[in-house]
Order: sequence, then structure tokens, then C-alpha cells
Amino acid sequence: MERLSLTEIRRQLQKGAFSAEEITKFYLSRIERLDPKVRAYLTVTPEEALAQAREADRLRAQGEDRPLLGVPVSVKDNICTRGLRTTCASKILEDFVPPYDATVVERLKAAGAVILGKTNLDEFAMGSSTENSAFFPTRNPWDLERVPGGSSGGSAAAVAAGLCAGSLGSDTGGSIRQPASFGGVVGFKPTYGRVSRYGLVAFASSLDQIGPLTRTVEDAALLLQVVGGPDPRDSTSYPEPQPHYLEVLAKPVSKAKFGLPREAWGEGLSEEVRSVLESVFKVVEDLGGELKEISLPHLAYALPAYYIIAPAEASSNLARYDGVKYGFRAEGGSLIEMYKKTRSQGFGREVKRRIMLGTYALSAGYYEAYYGKASQVRTLIKRDFERAFEEVDLILTPVSPTPAFKLGEKTQDPLQMYLSDVYTIPVNLAGLPALSLPAGYTGGGLPVGLQIIAPAFSESLLLAQAYALEKALALDLGPPSLED
Amino acid sequence: MPLSREEVEHIAHLARLEFSEKELEAFTQELSQILDYMEKLSELDTSEVEPTYHALTVSNRFREDRVRPSFPPEEITQNAPQKEGSAFVVPKVIK
Repeated sequence: MERLSLTEIRRQLQKGAFSAEEITKFYLSRIERLDPKVRAYLTVTPEEALAQAREADRLRAQGEDRPLLGVPVSVKDNICTRGLRTTCASKILEDFVPPYDATVVERLKAAGAVILGKTNLDEFAMGSSTENSAFFPTRNPWDLERVPGGSSGGSAAAVAAGLCAGSLGSDTGGSIRQPASFGGVVGFKPTYGRVSRYGLVAFASSLDQIGPLTRTVEDAALLLQVVGGPDPRDSTSYPEPQPHYLEVLAKPVSKAKFGLPREAWGEGLSEEVRSVLESVFKVVEDLGGELKEISLPHLAYALPAYYIIAPAEASSNLARYDGVKYGFRAEGGSLIEMYKKTRSQGFGREVKRRIMLGTYALSAGYYEAYYGKASQVRTLIKRDFERAFEEVDLILTPVSPTPAFKLGEKTQDPLQMYLSDVYTIPVNLAGLPALSLPAGYTGGGLPVGLQIIAPAFSESLLLAQAYALEKALALDLGPPSLED
Repeated sequence: MPLSREEVEHIAHLARLEFSEKELEAFTQELSQILDYMEKLSELDTSEVEPTYHALTVSNRFREDRVRPSFPPEEITQNAPQKEGSAFVVPKVIK
């Protein structure tokens, strides 16, 4: 049962093979038994989940059906849930109980979903391993000595371990796709603006995007269908209604031209990841896809540009944590002393590092040299993609240079940790949709994902091609055995 | 090293953070290292390039100026570490 996809659960519920209460109890008991090993969840809400499940069963008994009626999911803990603690894995928000639901949560609930709990992350979504959680690190279900990736590491690990069938994460520089790759699950960052950010705790507002982590491409389409679309409460949300993704998947797939940027397949990519991904190229060609070498000449500049832009936006967004309106407060004699003590005790090291970087990049005398320059480089990266998409339909790159690394391996070297997102970051700078598709396993049994990038708002094309490739690959995606 | 210890102290003040001696030292080194890496951007001539501040071209989205229900004060202040009625309490600012 832990192998069931969201779509299968939905079908079984419709058939009456089991009730929402039964499937919810199944996941809750799995979480109780196995999550002490994985630690994917920060908060589990058995009572609320069971109440939602019973309500779903009641509605179904009355003949109602909704896209996720009675289907259990989890939500990353930087997405606000009314009346349910939302911590961002930070001490500064340890006791924060939002007075409202994020738009995506409101839509999950309206679709009938059962929310099992909130998943762990790197504090304020800043990190690539979930080791920056102020509470505890999450572990990779495929090898408990390794990280699940990050920052949506809790969501990816929960789906990979069969502790839920789908989860919502957020992606600012790769935070959905990189953990999806490390966990052998599908991770989809939609186009910037496709999903409302209302109620997503802001990290870098021009880059942040919510998206699904699921066991299958079809599930990703289903979840996106439910949570995406215009929202008057987020003025950056895209005003056009969404296409019907599931209908697109039901049609035969067209032949597509795939670009392989030489800058992404060259130096810096580990051999074990390369060999897994190169074996997929043949499958792409067998499906009628054409592979073409292309160039994204400014790819190498994306990482330094991102680590100016994202911290700059973060330093401004995180100014709101001042010990006054919500969250943790430390005592101080004067107002400014109280601010400093609150923020210094409330934020963890990586968050402080980024606030410092961002404050510097925006400070008088350095603004042009850092933030100004990085924003110009962002234009060059965006143009690279625009030119590439004149030649090809989709772009294929690795998701991350390596498979999941060991806990503690990169915590002492921030730059090494940042490099983990070298292939995902350019996509956020350009605002494009991209999906991490499980592509195979290394010799050591660790999953590896392939990144498929599409032009802005071409989610349908991306999902259709990913769906075809997923079927052709027909991988066995576990979950790995975690029982004693 | 692009950053001096005094600069790090100044940035910390701007960001309303404070550090121990040891942390200051570590941050000076780490931030300098990261900024060194950023220097890569200066390889590019961007004198003729317009900056991008937003992933997609977005313009203001206007809505009708209508009165709508908002959060009741007691809900908005429910998370405050210290409050009085519906007001946030802070250390005294005016001497």
C-alpha cells in the first residue's frame, strides 16, 4: 500500500476499495513506526487528519467526489496552515500559529485532501541538505547516513519512504528538484507565477515557487492542477487559467527536440551521475526524441549571481522577524538591543550568513557592484534560455552533480554546499518550469534524477514528455525497506 | 580579503545581528571567501545589459477599491510575544 500513487489512492477511494479513514490510519501508523528513523515530519496531526478523512468519507457516502477527496498528503513547514504551527524549521518561529491558510492549503482542503502533517526543511528553506533545520536533520530513506537533499528534504523523504503519497514543497534555487533527485521521487517546480505564493513564508520573492513532490508524473500533474492557477491575493500570480494537465497526459506524446547544454554536461558532474543519466538518452531517442547539443554560455555565472540576489531579497524579507509581531523574543533593555538579541538567538548560522551577505550586497557603495551586477547577469542567463528554446523544445540537464551525500560532509564549507544546486539555480533566475524525473540508480543504490526544463508556462509539454519518459524507463522506485 | 572585521561589524549592525568575537572572526573569513567567488561576475561586460529584477514581465495588477473583511485584531496579535489589548508591546523607545 505504501507504493500507491496519489492517483491510485484516488481511484481506490472512488471504487470503495478502502476508506479515507483507512488509508489515513495506514499512513499515520507508518509515520509512527518509521518516521523516528527518517524524521521527515516536524509536526504530525493525527486527530485533524482523521477528522478530515472521516469528513471525506461522509461526503463520498453522499455521492460527492473531488480531485483529492480523502487523499492524504503533507505540506512543507514554510507554508502557512491555519491553526497549525508553521515553524520554517526556525527557532524564531517555533511557536508560530498562522491565523490563515496559504492559498495552496486552502485549495488542497477544498479539493478534499487530508493533511497528515508538516515536513522538515532547512531553516527558512536556506540549504541543500535539511541539516540547517533548527530542530533535527532529516535522513535519506535510501541510506540513513545520507542527507535527503534540501531544502524540501522532509517532503522528499516522506514521499520516498512511503510516509505520504504526495507533498507540497517550495523551490527558490532547487529546493524541490534536488531533494526529489536524492530521494527517487518526482519534483516539479512550475513556472514562476503559476502557483500563488500567498501564505508561503517569503525567502527570495522573485524566485520562490511552490510545487509538488510525488511518486509519479501523473501525481505531479494532479497536485499542480489543484493548487495552481491565478490568485488575486498574489499579484505576481499568472492571471491565465491553467491547462487541464491530466487531459494532456491522456493524449499520445508528440516528438520533441531536447537540448543538451554542453556547459551542464561537462566538468563538475560526477561520473556516477553521468553514467546513469547518459543511459537515459537512448530511451529518449527510442521514444522518437531528438537530442541536440546546445550552449547556455552564461550558465557558470548563475550560481554567483543567485548567491547575491537570493540573500539580498532574503535580508529584506527576514527583517520582519524582530520579536514584536510574532515569534521568539529575547529580552533587551532598549528596542535595538531587543532586536539584535532576538535575531541573533532566533536565527541559525546559515540564515545569518545569508542575511549578512544580502545586507552587504544591498549596502551603500556596494549595491551597484553586487546586486546591480547580479541582476544584469540574470538578464544574460534568461536570454541564454530564450535563445536555446528557439532551437529546441525542452532542455535536459543533471539535477545535481552528485547523488545524496553523507550527513556532515558539506556543513563546514558553504560554497561546496551551494554547488549542489548549480544546475537548478539558473532555472529559478529565468523563472522557468523544470521537473526532476527519477532516472535510475548509482552502483551504490542511490537514486539520480534528470532535470527537464521547459519554456515559461509550458507545463503541459513538460509533463507530457516526462510522463512518456517515465513510462519507458519503468523504474522500481521502492520505497526502500525501513523495517527492522 | 575583500571584507574587514570592522565592515562585518557594521553589516551586522545594519542587519540587527550581533556576534561573539569568535563568530565575527569566522564570518569575516567565510563571507570574504564567498565574495571572492562572486568576483567571477566581473569577468562579464554588462555595461549594455538591462537588469532583471523579476523572472517574468509583471506590471501592477489593480483591483477594485472595495471594503473587504480583514483579520480581527485579536487573531493578528495572537502570536505576539508581548501585547496589551490589541497593541504590541515593545521596550520603551522615547526617553
